[in-house]
Parts: sequence; C-alpha cells; structure tokens
Amino acid sequence: MTNDVLLNSARFVALILAQVLIFDNIHLFGFINPYVYLLFLVLFPVRVNTMQFLFIGFLLGLTMDFFSDTGGIHAAACLVAAYLRPVFLRFSFGISIEYNSVKISNTPVGGRLTYITLVVLTHHLVLFFLEIFSLKHTLFIIKTVLFSSIFTILLSLVLMVIFSTKKR
Amino acid sequence: MQQIINFFIRNKNFLLFLFLLFLSLIFTFQANTFHKNKFVSSANFVTGNIYIIKSDITTYFGLRKENELLLEENSRLKNLIQLLETESVALTDSIYDLLDFVYRPAEVINNNFSRRNNYLTLKSGEKDGLKPAMGVISSNGIVGITDQVSTHFATVMSILNSRSSISVKLKSSGHFGSLVWDGKDPHVLQLVDISRLAPVAVGDTITTDGRSTIFPKGIAVGTVRDFRPDPSQNFFIIDVALFNDMTRTENVYVIENRRAEEIRELEATIPND
Repeated sequence: MTNDVLLNSARFVALILAQVLIFDNIHLFGFINPYVYLLFLVLFPVRVNTMQFLFIGFLLGLTMDFFSDTGGIHAAACLVAAYLRPVFLRFSFGISIEYNSVKISNTPVGGRLTYITLVVLTHHLVLFFLEIFSLKHTLFIIKTVLFSSIFTILLSLVLMVIFSTKKR
Repeated sequence: MQQIINFFIRNKNFLLFLFLLFLSLIFTFQANTFHKNKFVSSANFVTGNIYIIKSDITTYFGLRKENELLLEENSRLKNLIQLLETESVALTDSIYDLLDFVYRPAEVINNNFSRRNNYLTLKSGEKDGLKPAMGVISSNGIVGITDQVSTHFATVMSILNSRSSISVKLKSSGHFGSLVWDGKDPHVLQLVDISRLAPVAVGDTITTDGRSTIFPKGIAVGTVRDFRPDPSQNFFIIDVALFNDMTRTENVYVIENRRAEEIRELEATIPND
C-alpha cells in the first residue's frame, strides 16, 4: 500500500517535470506537442476510490495549468478523463477488470491500446476545445486533437515499454 | 430530508465531478480576463524556480545567436547616438530623468508559441520595478505585455495570444489598426481594422503607433506580407511577417511608461457618452 503511494507520487513528479521541461518544447510541425503526463492517469491502479481519483486527476491537471498559464483547461481535461476512466476500463478489458487487481502493463496489447486511445482522445478533445474555445475553428480543433493524440499515444507506448519491469 | 441525504450519498462521485469541473472552468475563464489577480499562474515560487533551472541549461545552446543579435542591436544604437550627438544635444545623466520611457532588461525563462494562448515567464518581478500592463520588446520587435507580476517573476501575455491586441500603424501612411493573431503561424500576425482607403503594399513596414500608453511610438514590428479585404469589405486584413522570431526569445526589455498614470488620469476625465 505505502509502496503504491510512493511509486505514484514519484511518477506524478517525474511525469510533470518531463512534460514541462522536455515534451512541452517539442513543437513538431510547429504546433504538435505530446501530453505524456497523462500516463499518470493511465497507469494509476485500477482499484481505487473514485472520489480520491477525481481529486488526484484534478490536481494533476491543475499542476500542469500552473506551469503553462492556461487557467484550468488541463484540470478540466484530466478531470473528465479521470471520471470516464472506469467506463473505458470496462470497455477495453471487460467488466471483470474492477474485481481483479491487474496492472495495466500486464494486460493484452489490443485492449491496452484501446484503453490508452480512449483516455488520450477524451483528454485532448476537452483540452483543445477549451483552449481554442470557438466553434468556428472546429476543423482546426479536430485536426489538432487528432495529430496530438497520435503523437501522445505513440510516445506513451514507447515510454511504457522503456520503463516496464519485466518479471518473467 | 432522508431522501436528500441519500441522493447526495448516491451521487457523491458525480457531484464531486461537477464541482471540480465548475472550479476548473472558473479558473479557465478567469485566465481570459486581462491582468486580474489570477490564482493559476506560473509567476509563483515553485514553477518560477523550476523554469530558472531549465533556462539555466537551455540558454547555453543559443548563446552564439543571442550574441549576434545583441551586437546587431548595439551597432544600430551606436549609429543612433552619433546622429543624436550631432544634433547638439548633450547626453548627460540628467537627461534620463526627462525620458518618458524606461527600458529594463529581463531574462525569459519560459516561452510558449504552439498554443492558441501563449505566455512567457520572466525572471524579473516587482523587486525589479515591473508592474502589470507594461510593454515587452526584444532587440528587434515586440513580444507582449506583462500580465501577472509576483516578487521575483512575471508572466507576459505574448502577442501570440488570442486575447492580445496591439495598436500599430503603417509606417508610410500612418493608418492604424490592431495587431492580432489567428493562431496558425508564430511568425505571421494579422493586422485588422485598417481602412480600405489606406495605401498598402507588400513589404511596407509596420510600427507601434504610441496611441496606447504601453509601447512607445515607432518600434518596428514587421513587414506586410500579404493583404486582402475582410468579409465586410470595409477594412483590410494584412498578414504581417514579424521582425523578431517569437520562437527564440531569450533576452527582452520591459518598458515602463512614466507618464502612463498621468495620461490615464487625464483620459479618465473625458466623459464617455
């Protein structure tokens, strides 16, 4: 239990710092940045108190907002992603997921990809909609969401592979 | 009563979600108001110091280019001083007290340009004499306007921000308009509200017009790259290629207008009806 808390706190700090210091400065094609700090929400233990998780998601987003002067858009995006995560988990891995304490990194690849895609897409949709905040630019929003999501998902998968602890 | 309590218990997750969402939306809309006291801002102790560490490392990679820019600016200023001295004005120390505008150097520790609403963070704050709503320029163009100022740090609303609107003019004819950004290319801004009657040509220089109290008159901004009539057909929309590269801004000047207070007080006496 304490081990879990320590691991997740360390992951929180590490991912925020990595996001702010490295990944916010990539600017692929001028406007695409990956938001890999989302991995924190993705990898968070499956069995968790929902209220607690909502708070943690909100806090994660708010920390990002402090760094990037964006008001509350990251907080809102993370909150929505955190709120919908149980739905995505059940959709990707079946209903039994909540009764087993599986780790996300030990799940089948197909389900894992669906799950990450859903979380990332939800987050990016809310994020870019709130950032641009104009229906006039719907096409631009969709384009940005799409490209950024692809980039985020790819990098998240790579990071998961690099930092996975193989116990076989 | 029992039912109400039951309702709250049953839906506590959803209610918490709504509450936090409401909170984050308040922060978002608060961020849209210009230099109000914001709760969420990178001009605070923790984020400011982390950005200092980052810029301490990354500035080394751009030193050569930065030196070139400073040399260029130095030579330009030296030429200007020569011109001034021939006009028999003695550049003594006391002359600085007469100046309307005071320039202060500042170091940029964080810079964004890929979002729709971009901000910079400066390593100077109240202790260096910064206040909200001061102009910020680099050695060859305008950068933005200070927004939040803490003791040691300040955030700057970049000209690459949907809420930024800076009053500029065509250098040749003096027709003025507002410089805004459409969020697409960080090197190209849009000049709107220029009358269709204005003579515009590709390559014309755009400068600040000094109508606002924030920027002094005549700071070069960019050149006309392209222009087209706006949907109402009464005004031009002009694409302006910036002189300064907003994607690499490391050293800037913050401009204080010493007469700003006086001008504002005077203008406040104008009855607006």
